[in-house]
Amino acid sequence: MAIAVRNLTKFYGQEKAVDDISFDVKTGEILGFLGPNGAGKTTTMKIITCYLPASGGTVEVDGLSVSEQSFEVRRKIGYLPEMNPLYHDMNVVEYLEYAAQLQGVQDSHIRSRLKEMTEVCGIGDVRHKDIGELSKGYRQRVGLAQAMIHDPEVLILDEPTSGLDPNQIVEIRNLIRQLGRAKTVILSTHILPEVQATCDRVVIIHEGRIAADGTPQQLQSQFRGADQLALELKASVANALTDIVPKIKAVSSVENVTYGTQEGETHRFLVDVARGTDVREELFRLAVQERWVMLELSRRATSLEEVFHKLTVGS
Amino acid sequence: MDKSLILLSTRNTATIFKKELRSYFNSAVAYVVIVVFLAIIGWFHTSNLFLMNVASMRLMFELVPIVFLFVVPAITMRLLAEETKAGTIELLTTKPLHDGEIVAGKFLAAWALIGVALLPTLFYYITIAFLGRIDNGPVIGGYLGLLLMAGVYVSVGLLASSLTENQIVAFIIGFLMALVLFMFDKVLFYVPESLTSIFEYLGIDYHFSNIARGVIDTRDIVYFLSVLGFMLYLTVVSLGRRRW
Repeated sequence: MAIAVRNLTKFYGQEKAVDDISFDVKTGEILGFLGPNGAGKTTTMKIITCYLPASGGTVEVDGLSVSEQSFEVRRKIGYLPEMNPLYHDMNVVEYLEYAAQLQGVQDSHIRSRLKEMTEVCGIGDVRHKDIGELSKGYRQRVGLAQAMIHDPEVLILDEPTSGLDPNQIVEIRNLIRQLGRAKTVILSTHILPEVQATCDRVVIIHEGRIAADGTPQQLQSQFRGADQLALELKASVANALTDIVPKIKAVSSVENVTYGTQEGETHRFLVDVARGTDVREELFRLAVQERWVMLELSRRATSLEEVFHKLTVGS
Repeated sequence: MDKSLILLSTRNTATIFKKELRSYFNSAVAYVVIVVFLAIIGWFHTSNLFLMNVASMRLMFELVPIVFLFVVPAITMRLLAEETKAGTIELLTTKPLHDGEIVAGKFLAAWALIGVALLPTLFYYITIAFLGRIDNGPVIGGYLGLLLMAGVYVSVGLLASSLTENQIVAFIIGFLMALVLFMFDKVLFYVPESLTSIFEYLGIDYHFSNIARGVIDTRDIVYFLSVLGFMLYLTVVSLGRRRW
């Protein structure tokens, strides 16, 4: 159940929200859709789910065009919109029944689907409560259950973990990963660890354009600039250090990042070195020679956060 | 969209209909409407009944159209405005169903509620029938006319509800549109003579009083059904405006 987006463009009046983006999602893949707020994530998802028409370009779900065969596409997709809208005056069972009927689940199957979804999503305890009375975590589960009530092959989740507390985020994330095993999933987020935790692939979108596309690992290595070392020392003369260390070849700069009231004469530095070089040994020797007490020496890997920052702000 | 209007699935329409009707009865709306109806009509109806000393329901059929002006927009105001505001319209329109089914289901639910609210007024009929000889023609025509009129007002209110996400605004627009339909044949005095017949034809109360006299004329029925159909069509168009 692959999704193919080709040259997708969307205007809101004069404003271009999505600008000529193309990407593919393979069957069974969990794609993380990443970008700052207002980057065009939600708009793209709304087009894929047939809520909004595209201004240009095509989207195909399993070879079906969202504009031409919208009905067939909508049958295959489970959608959790942004902010997870729900009917607060319905109880959980009523609501899921309603969603199942509208999704075209046969009456004879509704009961078993309902049972399965309340079990999988862990909402059995609250199934006779009004949705308006539920906590945010439970509501999110109800939203997910609604999206999957007809066992869709494609799941589109727009910020499924926004507004949840850290424990709930982990739960929902596990749920998505567990459910996403057999499905094609697109999930949008602006929380980076989420992508690293759940997604097989990442598309970073910025100002309506695709800024990067690849696995989290690929992106990390692709956008790795200079390597960085974190160094913590006990030394009496901090300034001497910023003078001495750069004498090592391959060190491009040293930055003193000591916090205001650190104990004693402890100093923290960030040492930028040329890509692919390792100066830890030399630093150690230098510390011995100068009689500095070394408290920490570690390499910092480029995180997805930095990649994201570089792509969306740095440029 | 023309195709979609023909291919409405009764199952989807029925699903929406049941959900909306249940939501009326789960909240206080349905009961408030029924009580308001009975109270207002009961009071004005019976207080003058003995003064007139005629066994007819004419008073009620004069009163209800005015009560409708306020009550029907209040029933319909939330139907689409609330979905737009809460964002649930996005859930609804990304399910495999036509906009026409959504509109039809909601229309029928509100219409049915009016029908349910009218049912207890049959009690007045029974009372009057006890008191004197009642002419059944105007009663049947009156009820039919009320139902048709309610249908038109519901379709107008639904259109108003599709135009905004604010329920109060939806109520006011719905009320004003219904009022315009109601006033057409009341302002004939101020209208140039060449236009009077058009204004009269557009007036909903003109057609209603024709039917309420007990004369069921297809021209009046056609008026009600065509206004109703046109309003529902506009509602479907308005609901689909995100696609423009």
